[in-house]
Amino acid sequence: MAASDAPFIFIALIAPFLAAVAAPALTRVLGHWAALPLALVPAGIFAFFCRALGDVAGGQAFTGGYLWVPSFNVSYSWLIDGLSLTFVLLISGIGALILLYAGGYLKGHPQQGRFFSFILMFMGSMLGVVVSDSFLMLFIYWELTSITSFLLIGFDHSREASRRAAIQALVVTGGGGLALLAGLILVWNVTGVSTISLLIEYAPALKASPYYFAALLLILGGAFTKSAQFPFHFWLPNAMEAPTPVSAYLHSATMVKAGVFLLMRLQPAFGDTAPWETILPVFGGATLLAGTVIGLRQTDLKLMLAYTTVASLGLLVMMTGFGTPHALESAALYLVAHALFKGALFMVAGAVDHEAGTRDITRLGGLWRAMPVTFAAAMLAALSMGGLPPFLGFLAKEEVYEALAGGNPRAIAFTLAAVIGNGLMFALAFAVALKPFVGAERPLPGPHHGSEAGTEAGAPPSALPGTSPARGEIGQRHPPHIHEAPFLMLIGPVVLAISGLMAGIFSGAFHAAISAPMASAIAHEAREITISAIPHLSLPFALSLATIALGVIVYLLLDRAREAAAAALESIGWGPDQGFDQAMRGLIRGAHLVTTRIQAGRLETYIMVVFITIAAALLLPMAIFSEWPTWPAWPADAGFHELVIFAIAVIGLFAVVVAGDRLTAIVSLGIQGFSVAVIFMLYGAPDLAFTQFMVETLSVVILALVMTRLDLQPSDHRHGRELVKDAIIALACGVGFAALLLRAVQAPFNTSLTDFFNAWSKVVAHGSNVVNVIIVDFRGTDTLGEIAVVTITGLAILALIRIRGTGTVKPADNDPERSA
Amino acid sequence: MEGFMAIVVGIFFTVAIYLMLSQYIIRILLGVAILGNAVNMLLFIAGRVTREAPPIIGKGMETLPASAANPLPQALILTAIVISFSFFAFLLVLAYRAYQTLKTDDTQQMRLAEPEDASPPPLGY
Repeated sequence: MAASDAPFIFIALIAPFLAAVAAPALTRVLGHWAALPLALVPAGIFAFFCRALGDVAGGQAFTGGYLWVPSFNVSYSWLIDGLSLTFVLLISGIGALILLYAGGYLKGHPQQGRFFSFILMFMGSMLGVVVSDSFLMLFIYWELTSITSFLLIGFDHSREASRRAAIQALVVTGGGGLALLAGLILVWNVTGVSTISLLIEYAPALKASPYYFAALLLILGGAFTKSAQFPFHFWLPNAMEAPTPVSAYLHSATMVKAGVFLLMRLQPAFGDTAPWETILPVFGGATLLAGTVIGLRQTDLKLMLAYTTVASLGLLVMMTGFGTPHALESAALYLVAHALFKGALFMVAGAVDHEAGTRDITRLGGLWRAMPVTFAAAMLAALSMGGLPPFLGFLAKEEVYEALAGGNPRAIAFTLAAVIGNGLMFALAFAVALKPFVGAERPLPGPHHGSEAGTEAGAPPSALPGTSPARGEIGQRHPPHIHEAPFLMLIGPVVLAISGLMAGIFSGAFHAAISAPMASAIAHEAREITISAIPHLSLPFALSLATIALGVIVYLLLDRAREAAAAALESIGWGPDQGFDQAMRGLIRGAHLVTTRIQAGRLETYIMVVFITIAAALLLPMAIFSEWPTWPAWPADAGFHELVIFAIAVIGLFAVVVAGDRLTAIVSLGIQGFSVAVIFMLYGAPDLAFTQFMVETLSVVILALVMTRLDLQPSDHRHGRELVKDAIIALACGVGFAALLLRAVQAPFNTSLTDFFNAWSKVVAHGSNVVNVIIVDFRGTDTLGEIAVVTITGLAILALIRIRGTGTVKPADNDPERSA
Repeated sequence: MEGFMAIVVGIFFTVAIYLMLSQYIIRILLGVAILGNAVNMLLFIAGRVTREAPPIIGKGMETLPASAANPLPQALILTAIVISFSFFAFLLVLAYRAYQTLKTDDTQQMRLAEPEDASPPPLGY
């Protein structure tokens, strides 16, 4: 890979989005076999980035990109080093397998094309997150993964549980994304750099800054929500409402690791400080223990796996922040191992659900005869998850213990947490991979293969595997023949499980190509990893034996352990999941309360608020800055006829207010209108006077026509306090406008605009009537706009008169339950 | 002269706003009609007034005489009169149609969009 590859990198980064556009049409033509051509896209990305393995292993990092908003120093730029390359390979490699798996899993589903589209969009977003160098690009892709995750969790949107899980995931991870944005902007302001590759150079300045702690907390807010760290862990198990390919891809192998990725990415800039090495291990350790204990309680295969994912993410965060020499290496190893075994186990759980019709571990058993390949893949993955040699999981766990085993009290506490957590995960791994397959065969609901199961059970075609309890009941009446999962659904788990084994056996090559470059990128210095699958007598190995012993005991006593965990959790009662519901309900109620207060539905109130605001805006500045106008002198030069006209206007105004019947009101309105026309005429504005005369005549005629048709009460209804209140508001506004006008005419007059029109009307526009020249020539476009307004008003009036309503109109119904 | 006229404009505004604060559409309409005049007068007077000399350039002259009225506010007001008239006509027809449908011009009884007993929004997802 070289600098000239930049256009190809860019194409690789947008290719999933292009494939997402093509996916629905392709699925319409090819059906579920569209998975094959679509999987070529991530497979191609995987192959393309494999070319970079050699150079990156040699310590090289590729940066490149394009300017995006140069004036703000924002660029579309990437940084490809050991860390991002590992993630890119995981995302594209597992992504290709997931597409194939989804082709089999959702075969016959009417929205399969949309599903492919969503998952490809997610793939593109996730690739963007891990290669981003620029802060803003990172943030945008980060939020895009939240949005695509929302779409995928809510894929089966006809169920309320799906909608709730989708909203919950979006609120938690999207909200965390905003915290991340704030944190990144803070870092940007402190250091002046907006790319990660440069930020590492400025690490000392950042750590010395007084804003370091605030920036750290904000960024942790983003990372902890995305990676489901305690107390934000609750959204991840709920996200299991999504179809299983989504759970395997987003919620175990890739998206939930984005938070861990961010911590690893920023470890050279933020790490090696007391807050970093305190907050991360404490929250990570708490998440590890909480995840495994809650996971023990579950009986649903996917939920058990989801909680072990929470626990694994906790372990990763703990190791990223632990700060001993081997800690970062162990995090790198464990991350890859986890992506492989957890992705495989989720796909196995989906296959079991797909064929047997249930994911309930207490109902499953004896499937190994019917599903031997699935069982083999499950066992390989579970052996890696349990941490047995020679699997990659064993290497990772040994490295974890190597890093933790110190001797001081802090190390002992975290070692204990790790042993308990890993022991419980061992038990859960085999509970998922062994329990459904061994033991006596049991009556099971049987397979549901998209359309055929849908018609058989009469279920709606949109129902997904494992989501319709009614189907299970029907299946029991006809004992089904359970058989191996279809080919497309076997490729994924088998390939991932075997990869975990191969990486463990050929650990030398694996370390050289993947894990050592990744650890070096996290540590920002060359690191080597030497651990191999050959057991050697040491403290870590003893801890491994203890872990396995604990795991075996818990596995054998699984039912009793489940009851104990359930009892312990029920004694706590309240959890953040209920808290989320309470917060959302509180939000809706609060919004309702505010809306009903501010928009009470009374027009008077709205108008009153408007005019009180206007009065305040007019009077307050004058009062504050003592800009009151002086009281005007009596106009000694005013002629008698002028004063009479003003008096008539005022009399007309008061007559409108006190008029007892409608004709008086209309006539009084005419009096003040014609008085205004006369005033215009007296003071040198004949054009205005003519227009005013016409408009006023029309107004009076139309008003008289309309009002005589309606049974209206034109006299004033207001009495007592209401009258006084309205009068005070009106008077305040009137005084405000009068004072404003007085102040304006008492200030010197700027005649520059008038002089301009005066100077050029005759000379340039060849018109003697300056007012007309301004209207039709200098400001001709404004007049065109005015004509358009009048035309549109005329059309609207015509429409109002022509269209007859049915008499009563029902308010819009916003309740989806009722309208459905 | 302008100072005296400013007080009259203040009375125009007071009456217009008092009418608009009513709860009956028909009185609000009267208020809107007067408000248009009030604003036009405000513009007119803010441009200073002169007596009986329209801004028309006489034969054989290139510019206005010094005694002529200010043409700029007149051009603005000419536009404003027409627009406020069309606005008034639209409001009048709207009120008329609302009365036909709802049998009232009392804004407190026009609660179709914001019903008095609005049920709280659903709390589910």
